[in-house]
Amino acid sequence: MNAPLQDHHASLRPHLRTMFRLQWEDVQDAYVLLYPEGMVKLNPSAGEILARCDGTRELDDIIGELEQLFNASNLAADVYRFIDHARQRGWLD
Amino acid sequence: MTTATDPAQTRPAPPLWLLAELTYRCPLHCALCYNPVDFASHGAELDTGTWRDVITQARRMGAAQIGFSGGEPLVRDDLETLVAHARGLGFYTNLITSGVGLNEQRIAALKAAGLDHIQLSFQDSTRELNDFVTSTKTFDLKRRVARLIKAHGYPMVVNCVLHRYNLPHVAQIIDMALEMGADYLELANTQYYGWAMLNREQLMPTFEQLQAAEATVNRYRERLGERCRILFVVPDYFESRPKACMNGWGSVFLGIAPDGTALPCHAARSLPGLDLPRVQDTALTDIWYHSHAFNAFRGNGWMREPCRDCDERDTDHGGCRCQAYLLTGDAAGADPVCAKSAHHGRIEQAVILARRPAREVEAQPLIFRSRDNSLRLA
Repeated sequence: MNAPLQDHHASLRPHLRTMFRLQWEDVQDAYVLLYPEGMVKLNPSAGEILARCDGTRELDDIIGELEQLFNASNLAADVYRFIDHARQRGWLD
Repeated sequence: MTTATDPAQTRPAPPLWLLAELTYRCPLHCALCYNPVDFASHGAELDTGTWRDVITQARRMGAAQIGFSGGEPLVRDDLETLVAHARGLGFYTNLITSGVGLNEQRIAALKAAGLDHIQLSFQDSTRELNDFVTSTKTFDLKRRVARLIKAHGYPMVVNCVLHRYNLPHVAQIIDMALEMGADYLELANTQYYGWAMLNREQLMPTFEQLQAAEATVNRYRERLGERCRILFVVPDYFESRPKACMNGWGSVFLGIAPDGTALPCHAARSLPGLDLPRVQDTALTDIWYHSHAFNAFRGNGWMREPCRDCDERDTDHGGCRCQAYLLTGDAAGADPVCAKSAHHGRIEQAVILARRPAREVEAQPLIFRSRDNSLRLA
């Protein structure tokens, strides 16, 4: 599960690519990802992960914050999986 | 995206996409424009204050994307003011432009206003055809504007509408977009509304042209991956199932025409008996949730056979209402693109006509979008 990340030479401080904007939308009660002429509504965990991909946080810190937020342990594999997915979709650098 | 199936029982979802058609004035005269043919006889354009108010109302309802379009939105000198207002409210702001009027000073002012993205249109990879289809000399200008957009750090979508004249150039159009640094490329085959409908016979490609172009696009997609996404919109005349027009009527899209008319789809003005509301007279929430026009084809209660009992009715929503009316005279019938429509033969006929020898087609002059032609044809 971790091996592909190393192959990507992944940044340890992930951040959204410039054309994307993450935003909380009250009406949709969700985070959405906005980009040219499009929008993705995110589920709560995806939203909380991306909200922390601001280029200032190490991946390990993001995992720590999420484990605290969701009162859970061993979220690392899920977070890696989502970050990988977000890179494939072109959302993250 | 799900839509309410019965507006009487479920409150429809709010609009998500506000298209602000600021003006129908345009320095280009494209023969494939989807704007209404009679635009020159429409009422006066909304003023800045009214536009600001409309933008505020739409954002409160939940719209998150705004497109500034037209016509050419840069002919309005309040564009920067409206972009700043929309961005300040949290809209993702998109400028949809021909590039004409986008100089160093304005692009910097738009950046300062918070503009998020620019979609630049080209009509071909060659100067000759670009300038022919637009009836202008704008190809070199568009190339300069593309460099300006990238120099200012905007995401850039390049849009090129395809038809029988430029379909053979698809590879060169993709190469041009890559060379300019486009982040997305939209290759949208002509949709036959407005001026494009007037010129349908001349613009309609052959099936072989489309197949070849699609194969080219797929080759590039494999090679490019994430570097530049290519969207290829197949013309629905060549399909046997209709497009999910607007993702469903009154579902996501709210368009406002330059004169303040609220539109459930770009071409809604062509439909009879809709009584389209205007933002000067009616609050946007009333327009979206309660007006006759926005409820006329919402959900599936309005459907008749073959749509009513069709398994795909909540997928394609019966297709396009405007196309159903334009081609069959019945706005509540199935879109004739659907093979289940009794009028599907009219679509097949238009496609067969495109097989005539090129000489014969090109002998008919294109009708260019201009104020004079609009007044003459209205």
